[in-house]
Amino acid sequence: MAPLTWYLGLSALLFTIGAVGVFIKRNAITIFLCIELMLNAVNLALVSLSSFFGDIGGQLFVFIVMTVAAAEAAVGLAIIISIYRNRESLNVDEVDNLKL
Amino acid sequence: MRGETILFVVFAVLALVTALNVLVQRNPLYSALSLIGTLASLSAVYMTLRAQFIAAVQIVVYAGAIMVLFVFVIMLLNVPKDQPQVEKQKGLRYLAIPFAGLLIAETFTVLQRLPARSMPPLPASGGDQAVGTTWSIGTALFTDYLLPFEVTSVLILMAVVGAMVLARREND
Repeated sequence: MAPLTWYLGLSALLFTIGAVGVFIKRNAITIFLCIELMLNAVNLALVSLSSFFGDIGGQLFVFIVMTVAAAEAAVGLAIIISIYRNRESLNVDEVDNLKL
Repeated sequence: MRGETILFVVFAVLALVTALNVLVQRNPLYSALSLIGTLASLSAVYMTLRAQFIAAVQIVVYAGAIMVLFVFVIMLLNVPKDQPQVEKQKGLRYLAIPFAGLLIAETFTVLQRLPARSMPPLPASGGDQAVGTTWSIGTALFTDYLLPFEVTSVLILMAVVGAMVLARREND
């Protein structure tokens, strides 16, 4: 059985990869994919803690995180579609109407 | 017991490689396909944690439903590759690397202080009602956690209505 630290380390690495992706990518859909990666990293931490401590609460929380991720994907992709209709581009640097 | 460790290492490496591939690919479609690989590997990692239900839901909901939504939108929009003509704040991107190192260093500093802990053994009566089975999740979900479950269903309803309103064309 792999120790708890390995699971949490994998979770931390995946979260960092997702965070770096959000910073360096310029395509709105790719940034969204990286956010999903970060959500999955947190899910892994929750499931591993839940299993190692024998408490079902963590896995229920993962279940709810997954439904929230589905809702977020539906609304986020709708926003991306409407941005693309208005601008013909998905580059987040070009969507700067709120910039002072 | 050794078999679980080997499985964990194999699928952890697979998850990390496919996650890095999400960043390396310039075409969003390849990034999405690579992320499906990460999600499937994580499902295998959940199996080594004896979380069978979450592993199945990970495949069905994440790798199935959510990623299909992503791939569908990518194909609908015919997204150009991630090679922007205008690139503002080019220097800021290189700041991401030191900050990523900082983030990793912080988390591993915390992990070093974690006390060693091993997984609880399966109950003597068999694994039918152990933590992570469908029985345990269903029982807890519809008794102690009923309110979060209902609130989540309302949230899903709001997301469906919101997505329809946002993606609708303006001229009708």
